[in-house]
Amino acid sequence: MTQASGRDIPLTIAGRAFRSRLIVGTGKYRDHATMAAAHAASGAEMVTVAVRRVDLDRTKEQGILFHIDPARYFLLANTAGCYTAADAIRYARLAREAGFNEFIKLEVIGDQQTLLPDVAELLVATKTLVQEGFTVLAYTNEDLVTALRLQDAGCAAVMPLASPIGSGLGLLNPYAIRTIKHRLSVPIIVDAGVGTASDACLTMEQGVDGILMNTAIAEAADAVAMAQAMRHAVEAGRLAYLAGRMPRREVAVPSSPVTGMLS
Amino acid sequence: MIPATISVTVNGEPRELPDGLSLLQLLDHFALDPRTVVVELNRGIVRRAALDQTPVRAGDSVELVHFVGGG
Repeated sequence: MTQASGRDIPLTIAGRAFRSRLIVGTGKYRDHATMAAAHAASGAEMVTVAVRRVDLDRTKEQGILFHIDPARYFLLANTAGCYTAADAIRYARLAREAGFNEFIKLEVIGDQQTLLPDVAELLVATKTLVQEGFTVLAYTNEDLVTALRLQDAGCAAVMPLASPIGSGLGLLNPYAIRTIKHRLSVPIIVDAGVGTASDACLTMEQGVDGILMNTAIAEAADAVAMAQAMRHAVEAGRLAYLAGRMPRREVAVPSSPVTGMLS
Repeated sequence: MIPATISVTVNGEPRELPDGLSLLQLLDHFALDPRTVVVELNRGIVRRAALDQTPVRAGDSVELVHFVGGG
């Protein structure tokens, strides 16, 4: 597992390798130029996008693809906003038809206030989409049994939340995330809830394979600086995990020699 | 002579469109680039290559979607 100092294996999902373990969103940025600069600063190779109706009256902006270079960033379409398996499947099919890839970040929301997932619907949608040849990355809660079921259903990656979407509350249950990582063999990408760099670092120190975030960068006062901070935090947390931390002790142990003191 | 129009629901809104359009012509009608838009006709996806052979008929429900910013 541990590589020669500072070296890491790539994050590989369904046979596709990524050097960056940070996946970033494209929503809620002040403007498209800020988003593009933040993407570059984050070092991310994969960005998420949503599927929505075209605005026929052109009162709103054009599609996001005018501001993302698909040659540089792998597009991960989501099913955000879907509350049933049927809706999520419909959105996934539309996303695939756009013609970029077969990856789908599958979200089925079960509660409007917390945006927590409906895991029963999520499993139903996963099974159908896997059967249709999709590479499913499932956004879920931090429940181990659900994560196991999603892996059994054929998910290419399981994406438990750190805390609710857009909350910025950070990693609320490190134990649950560690447990999921220990028990599953597919990549574990923590999705949602990271608020600042220390949250990202602490999350990666649990041994997970990557982090997906949007709001923490987009809503920072300086999104580009935060994107850079997140890049370093994800790398630092990953390295610290690979390095293997020292044991926690309840007592102090001197770092300097106790012998050779002057009498 | 006034050209015939038909009522079609596009993205959830009723629209009066010239009769005899294909889906490709419908995209052109709204000045949309077929390379960036995915078309759903009566809940079924229509592949890009089939857009110009697929007629729009009265009462059809058409959804035109694309990628937007999201997390």
